[in-house]
Amino acid sequence: MNRIVKNTRLSENVFRMAIKAPEIAAKRKAGQFVVIMTEEKGERIPLTIVDSDREKGTVTIIFQVVGKTTMCLAAMKEGENLFAVLGPLGMPTEMENFGTTVVVGGGVGIGVAYPIIKALKEAGNKVIAITGARSKDILILEDEIQEICDRLIVSTDDGSYGVHGFVTNVLQDLIESGEIINRVFAIGPVPMMKFLCEVTRPYKIRTIVSLNPIMVDATGMCGACRVAVGGKTKFACVDGPEFDGHDVDFDLLTNRLRMYNDEEEEARKGCRCNE
Amino acid sequence: MSKKEKIPRQDMPEQDPKVRAKNFNEVPLGYTEEQAVLEAKRCIQCKKPLCIAGCPVDVDIPGFIKSIAEEDFIGAALKLKETNALPAICGRVCPQEDQCEKVCVLGKKGEPVAIGRLERFAADYERESGNIMIPDVAPPTGKKVAVVGAGPAGLTIAGDLVKLGHDVTVFEALHKAGGVLIYGIPEFRLPKSIVDAEVDYLEKLGVKIVVNAAIGRVKTVDELFEEGFDAVFLGVGAGAPVFMNIPGENLSGIYSANEYLTRSNLMKAYRFPEYDTPIVRGKNVVVIGGGNVAMDSVRTALRLGADNAYIIYRRTEVEMPARTEEVHHAKEEGVQFKLLTNPVEYTGNENGWVTGMKCLRMELGEPDESGRRRPVPIKDSEFIIDVDTVVVAVGAMANPLVASTTPGLEINRWDYIVANEETGETSRKGVYAGGDIVTGSATVILAMGAGRNSARAIDEYLK
Repeated sequence: MNRIVKNTRLSENVFRMAIKAPEIAAKRKAGQFVVIMTEEKGERIPLTIVDSDREKGTVTIIFQVVGKTTMCLAAMKEGENLFAVLGPLGMPTEMENFGTTVVVGGGVGIGVAYPIIKALKEAGNKVIAITGARSKDILILEDEIQEICDRLIVSTDDGSYGVHGFVTNVLQDLIESGEIINRVFAIGPVPMMKFLCEVTRPYKIRTIVSLNPIMVDATGMCGACRVAVGGKTKFACVDGPEFDGHDVDFDLLTNRLRMYNDEEEEARKGCRCNE
Repeated sequence: MSKKEKIPRQDMPEQDPKVRAKNFNEVPLGYTEEQAVLEAKRCIQCKKPLCIAGCPVDVDIPGFIKSIAEEDFIGAALKLKETNALPAICGRVCPQEDQCEKVCVLGKKGEPVAIGRLERFAADYERESGNIMIPDVAPPTGKKVAVVGAGPAGLTIAGDLVKLGHDVTVFEALHKAGGVLIYGIPEFRLPKSIVDAEVDYLEKLGVKIVVNAAIGRVKTVDELFEEGFDAVFLGVGAGAPVFMNIPGENLSGIYSANEYLTRSNLMKAYRFPEYDTPIVRGKNVVVIGGGNVAMDSVRTALRLGADNAYIIYRRTEVEMPARTEEVHHAKEEGVQFKLLTNPVEYTGNENGWVTGMKCLRMELGEPDESGRRRPVPIKDSEFIIDVDTVVVAVGAMANPLVASTTPGLEINRWDYIVANEETGETSRKGVYAGGDIVTGSATVILAMGAGRNSARAIDEYLK
């Protein structure tokens, strides 16, 4: 059982939650994740660790309400307990001073980008952050990221804030402006990551993506999270979740993420958390 | 004496195959008291019992059977528990036909004593009586032992060491203790309430169980020593799935047996949407493999509503590693066996969902290194099976999570931990290992035997 220390709404569907988990807080590194269960009959879902506080013994997650588990999670209150929190899982982000790095976060992926930006800065990198969302009201973490990166470019699809356009356009412009970029990190919806990789491919800029396939145990036991990288099957839970985006088969990932669409819809309809 | 031998081996009542193929309740229903006593009276109480030598944990088989024959059922259970911490489980899932019952003297002329069924009866009787005796444990030794993995090996060693007065903590990565007993073996073969009861019993003995703790991630073996543990036992199992690496294997609808069974058993996906975890309820389900895990998977598929549930196996029934009883149960329930058949490729639809499985017919050639005749493809024998769900149950391999984070721990070329067969000692002082992570995929009882052996060795080491 892990106590919820805080649950804050960041936008209509996105929440930030601090959870008591001292051992995970002490050990976790950027890029790693936890598996949580809200209750005994619940599903095991992976969520990236966004931040941790060793002194308070807490880890922070940011999640978007998409299915039953995240609906229940959003409805949980400070002081309540999660049934299970397992972690830290996955390989940490490969971290060194690469030089100039660009971290692109889209939608709720901005939350996943945050710890990578922080770790890159600590490793001595120049970090340019690009964050994007459909519109201004669902854009998250602007101040927090502004504080830790060298430069932040914000974009919205509808032009309601920052640059009018997609993060792919922003990255393209940045590259064309002559900025020498040593490494790109791209985190967000699958189509966004796929297209960002196509932006960097002609320039041969190594682009790391963080994948979010369906997982069950998340310790390498089941293979639910298998992805194809460079033609080889990898388990995102233990071999990833970060991979070289130029080698990832995004179409396979998209298909496998849809495997339980009908069941997820049924579970969502049966959820009574918001009543 | 001759009168005794005339009692026939008592059959155990079972759920009707047509009924049970649609539910997850346990298949065999257990002996009645009358049947158990009759069966127990068949035992001729050999002076030099071969059956004990056939048991990996040296259960006093004639002893507990004698108690049953005398209608002292609780006494029988206590006798069992002297050497076997998990009798209700062993009575159900041990391959008795290859162990104790194989060497039973009665088996030479007729049928051996039904040792497994009697073991189950005595353990169930005690549990259902609600009168579970908690034996005295030795005074505290002040020594701390960490057990990694709450499966059969880990639970056995934890029980043994706690009884000797050691302070035992079991670390389990999943949210529930039991290992393969919980995530692997289905409810219809081993009700989870029985595993829960056995775990509960260990906790009453004083074993501490920490779930949601993935050793190798949240802490390493070295950190366990730094925390004050005096010895560490690694019983992490062979928990990584094996795939066949054939084209199309990542299509949606294709599972490893580990995933399929974990969803159904641990996460209770068969009760979706009461439980949140979903599972594909396929209509045409193929399970690849011939072991117990394959049988568990295909019988699960039937219960989830499959119209056609197939076993595809590249050799013949004779070479199948599954227990005869499990193959028999599967057939009774309507599983279709396609033997001497091997998949080579999958095809899918526009959504990336598997629709077909291309197979080759095989014939048996010369024996291979396992001594079994090697299956050889027959030329131009390709054919397609229509499928919407596939479960790959062709084996398991070592999960490197612990070994890869424990410097100096010797592993072999398949990533299994190198350990002394008698004691479980590894290349690291104070670190012991046993069960599937040492032997590769084997049985519950062999893992328990390894746990038992390491318990003795660790107790010696801590003196």
